[in-house]
Amino acid sequence: MKVSSTTIIINAFALLFLILAFIKDKRKSKEALKVALKSFLNILPTTIMIIFAIGYLLTFIPPSAISKFVGEQAGFGGTIAVSLLGAVLFIPSVISFPLAGSLLQSGASVTSVAAFITTLTMIGFVTLPLEIKILGKKFAALRNGFSYIVALLISFLMGVILR
Amino acid sequence: MKKGNISKEYIILVVIVIATVGIFLIYPQKSALFEKNFFNYLVQMLEIFPAVMVLSGLLKVFVSKDIVGKYLGKTSGFRGLIIAVLLGTLPEGPLYIAFPLVEELREKGAKVSNLIIFMSAWACIKIPQELVELQFLGLKFMALRLTLTIIFVIIMGLIAEKIYEGTAKSTV
Repeated sequence: MKVSSTTIIINAFALLFLILAFIKDKRKSKEALKVALKSFLNILPTTIMIIFAIGYLLTFIPPSAISKFVGEQAGFGGTIAVSLLGAVLFIPSVISFPLAGSLLQSGASVTSVAAFITTLTMIGFVTLPLEIKILGKKFAALRNGFSYIVALLISFLMGVILR
Repeated sequence: MKKGNISKEYIILVVIVIATVGIFLIYPQKSALFEKNFFNYLVQMLEIFPAVMVLSGLLKVFVSKDIVGKYLGKTSGFRGLIIAVLLGTLPEGPLYIAFPLVEELREKGAKVSNLIIFMSAWACIKIPQELVELQFLGLKFMALRLTLTIIFVIIMGLIAEKIYEGTAKSTV
């Protein structure tokens, strides 16, 4: 099996920080490893479910269909639809990247994929009531409204630059 | 609550596995393609997941909300904007756990622009998150999105503050 250089860099990066942390504070570092193991086990089943979904997506849905809904052909409407979906969905962003990668692999446009990830992380539709309660209507509306506009701007620029 | 959820998720997973075996008994000609895609993504994920979890565990334990709040509350000017971005990238966890901290800082007089920039960075510029993006979408995609996000989030914070303060007199 071939291991990519990206994988090596990511693991080396984590290892470096782990070593630095152990030098700084052994007790805290051990606690961090416990936290890491716990969140790994927490997120593992959801992750595997997403990978099943990706497997089905890439096996049964032809790229032409994906391209029609969220690809270049779908244009502006496709991007808006995906961005709204991203704003409403509540899935951990770490799991959304493989899903986004598989969509890109199977014919989705850069713009749509970028819009999906950006609205997913920036906008919390589900947590909006809580945000309003704690930070006020005006603040929450401004933040989420501007985030949506910014997410679309970022995605369209990415589509233009990475064409 | 958490334990119950986890065992429920594993039960769902077992059901999915059984269903998958059933599906590929019906469509045997598709099973090779499914296997290839499934294991390709599974391996890619498992190769980096422990590293990503270790990094976020370290951030969770070493970066306290108090420290972040202390620095964020004091910042202003252009340096303040950059510090707000940097501070936002450090704490782990979903955005909603930042709401009370942001409220507290606003009460103490922190700038609205810095708070919005901080929240945006918290939401979408996380080191472990960027590494997963690098793995699945490539360096170009990740680097470009990161750069554009930093630029636009700062612009957004500044404009939002103008509007927020412009309407403050009429509502408060």
